[in-house]
Amino acid sequence: MRLLKDALASKVMLVLTFFPGLVVFLIIIGLYLRGRPILAEKPLFSLLFSSSWAPGRGDFGFFPFIMGTLWVTAVALIVAVPISLLASIYLSEYAPRAVQEFIRPMIDLLAGLPSVIYGVWGVLLIVPLVARIAPFFGGTSSGYSILAGGLVLAIMIFPTIIYVSLEVISSIPYELREASLSLGATKWETVKHVVLKKGLQGIIAAIVLGLSRALGETMAVLMVVGNIPKVPQSVFDGGYPLPALIANNYGEMMSVPLYDSALMLAAGVLLVIVLVFNVLARIILVRVERRAG
Amino acid sequence: MRQSLAPRNLRRRKIEENFFRVLMAGSVLIVIACLGLIVGTIIWKGLPALSLSMITQTPKGGYYLGREGGILNAIVGSLYLASGATLLAVLFSLPIVLFINVYARKTSRLATWTRFSFDVLWGVPSIVYGAFGFILMVFMGLRASLLAGIITVALLELPIMSRAMDEVIRLVPPELLEASYSLGATKLETALKVVVRQSLPGILTAILIAFGRGIGDAASVLFTAGFTDRLPTSLFQPAATLPLAIFFQLGTPFPEVQARAYASAALLTAIILLVSLLARGLIKKYTKHLT
Amino acid sequence: MEQKPHIRIQDLSVFFGRQRALKNITIDIPDKKITVIIGPSGCGKTTLLKCLNRLVEPLDGVKVSGKIFVDEEDIYDPKVEVTHIRKKMGLLSQKPQVLPMSIYDNVAYGPRLHGQKNKKKLGQIVEHYLQMAKLWEEVKDRLSEPASRLSVGQQQRLCLARGLAVEPEIILGDEPTSALDPQSSQNVEKRLIELKNDYTVIVVTHILRQAKRIADYIAFLYMGELIEHGPAEGVFANPKDPRTRAYLTGEIS
Repeated sequence: MRLLKDALASKVMLVLTFFPGLVVFLIIIGLYLRGRPILAEKPLFSLLFSSSWAPGRGDFGFFPFIMGTLWVTAVALIVAVPISLLASIYLSEYAPRAVQEFIRPMIDLLAGLPSVIYGVWGVLLIVPLVARIAPFFGGTSSGYSILAGGLVLAIMIFPTIIYVSLEVISSIPYELREASLSLGATKWETVKHVVLKKGLQGIIAAIVLGLSRALGETMAVLMVVGNIPKVPQSVFDGGYPLPALIANNYGEMMSVPLYDSALMLAAGVLLVIVLVFNVLARIILVRVERRAG
Repeated sequence: MRQSLAPRNLRRRKIEENFFRVLMAGSVLIVIACLGLIVGTIIWKGLPALSLSMITQTPKGGYYLGREGGILNAIVGSLYLASGATLLAVLFSLPIVLFINVYARKTSRLATWTRFSFDVLWGVPSIVYGAFGFILMVFMGLRASLLAGIITVALLELPIMSRAMDEVIRLVPPELLEASYSLGATKLETALKVVVRQSLPGILTAILIAFGRGIGDAASVLFTAGFTDRLPTSLFQPAATLPLAIFFQLGTPFPEVQARAYASAALLTAIILLVSLLARGLIKKYTKHLT
Repeated sequence: MEQKPHIRIQDLSVFFGRQRALKNITIDIPDKKITVIIGPSGCGKTTLLKCLNRLVEPLDGVKVSGKIFVDEEDIYDPKVEVTHIRKKMGLLSQKPQVLPMSIYDNVAYGPRLHGQKNKKKLGQIVEHYLQMAKLWEEVKDRLSEPASRLSVGQQQRLCLARGLAVEPEIILGDEPTSALDPQSSQNVEKRLIELKNDYTVIVVTHILRQAKRIADYIAFLYMGELIEHGPAEGVFANPKDPRTRAYLTGEIS
């Protein structure tokens, strides 16, 4: 009886274990099937690179939204990468253990804050700030802009980049640092020439993971970015990233023909891009881990 | 071969060292300051607008124009939704993680692939879960409802929970498993009685982390859970959620309603803080237990 | 007969948290000799060695008390420049740690840090020290290859060349042959014996036969305490402390 129960449980669990892999496929297939009607009308290429967005007339050009996503993500990376990397080097190489233990839960918390909270905060603080500083750069801005979206997004991806690069850096053997230090190198020289070089691949993976997180982030960006369906010309312009487009139009999408298909296709495109980056980063990390172990 | 390596460049090297040390410490400060600034701003703006009626009443007529009422609908809706989703996610997560750690060998191809697909799922944006949940909902003939929301959020929580559980269950020493087998226990008994008990605080922490993520996510429930001013009484009714309530209130042009959005945000932040404090406490207790 | 010692350790104690790793070590290390520190594993040999170039720093629950004088300079004096101390000593670790760069750059790394920018001069330095480590002939045609492609034995000699290139006065070896095959070990031992003409060499080992082969001076550590030290022949032929005797006969290990 006990053995029967065990055998049964083993079978059930085995079936369940295929579930996560199955979900990945189901999501891709589901989005593809729903996106097919619009692909039947228009080639993917013209959808991706057309700037004309007028669902009522049947024009679905994703180009402004793709550019919006790229702009916001680029700003976020420019801000987040140096700060996150410097912070993770400090935490792994310089900070006393007490400081590390004090800061880790804070980064946990930063990762755990819901994106609407980031959004509300962005509206309260970042948007007015951007509106205030725009004139100094010879522009005017309502504040709801690429820059505001990028800044909020940068803070949101701090934890991802910091955690992954911390893990990578701490997998580098201490003896290697000792080898450099014993030659009379300073700590920073050791970091620059040895630690960063040894950990380069993993750090790239950390950045790519942060990038893919940024590409898909929706609510926080949506709330501060302005949602103007035009290709942005400067960081003070409003933009309209792809995830925001999907989220904003869920209400009306059932009433306009092909609209839902276009949005599901957009979600599919987003997913494919994010997945490619993610899988890439994971493969690098697995390789790094294997080499270290 | 003696070189004349005078320490004349030592000063420059020291300056470089200190420059980067300051830069790095500054970066850490920026990260921490961001957290402080976010939580501080939300609490500071939200607390004054928070009142008893806000958390004990549902929206009355004209609430979104600034009249009477509260967001009880969203609080209750979010709690139902996140609890249901977390429960559903545990039902899938725990068996899978136990399977890849107890039944499969730790390095088997199946375990590796499962971990890999969790990693991949972890990277899927929540808006994509929302879109997929919507497709699933239409496919199953459901309307936007608590149930559809629960299913979607459960999918979102699955990789978060599983990865966190895997991390603790992996640490159970294999000797312990062998000891249990040698006493004649089956794998199932070992998994439930030894592994789960040994890593219970870690498992609870994983569940809490997933719950926190579930209760805070907006993009995934946007399409699937709907929104209503009433309290949900069945799984097939739409349900309001806290993140969406914040989003909608902030979107109105009335300052009074926007202030309520801040208050709701403060409430959500407080819930998240509470959940992570709880999770933290469990981890602390757990590690203390180990040493 | 009595030379001036190169390193004087006075009453050195090291704590890791509450645990005491070294207890009141006092020893003079003779100039231009091979001093071998022996003792069972976990006795504090490596800690003692790493104190000498301050890789054990009073940080994060590590406490260091007592004094270490190198050339009459107290190295744990806060005013002392730590890179300067470390430059005086080359370190060979248990497993060769090649830096993630080319063979050439591994050797040139130290001199470059310390201000040598002249390309021609650097080339000469690299060749000189690779020859000193008897590695030049094997690598001269592939200097730009990553150092990680060398065999482990070659890597250890590369580490030696790299250490020598910063012109130290002291060579520290932390069980430098433990990862090597017998032939490479012999090769490294030979290099160390050659080096004692110009350098003070300190080697930690748990291989007694190795100690007998290369040591001029012996220090025996047991559970963080310095039990006995003196010229090698004396200690091996006639150990004074019963614990030393027990270790030498293999009763404790």
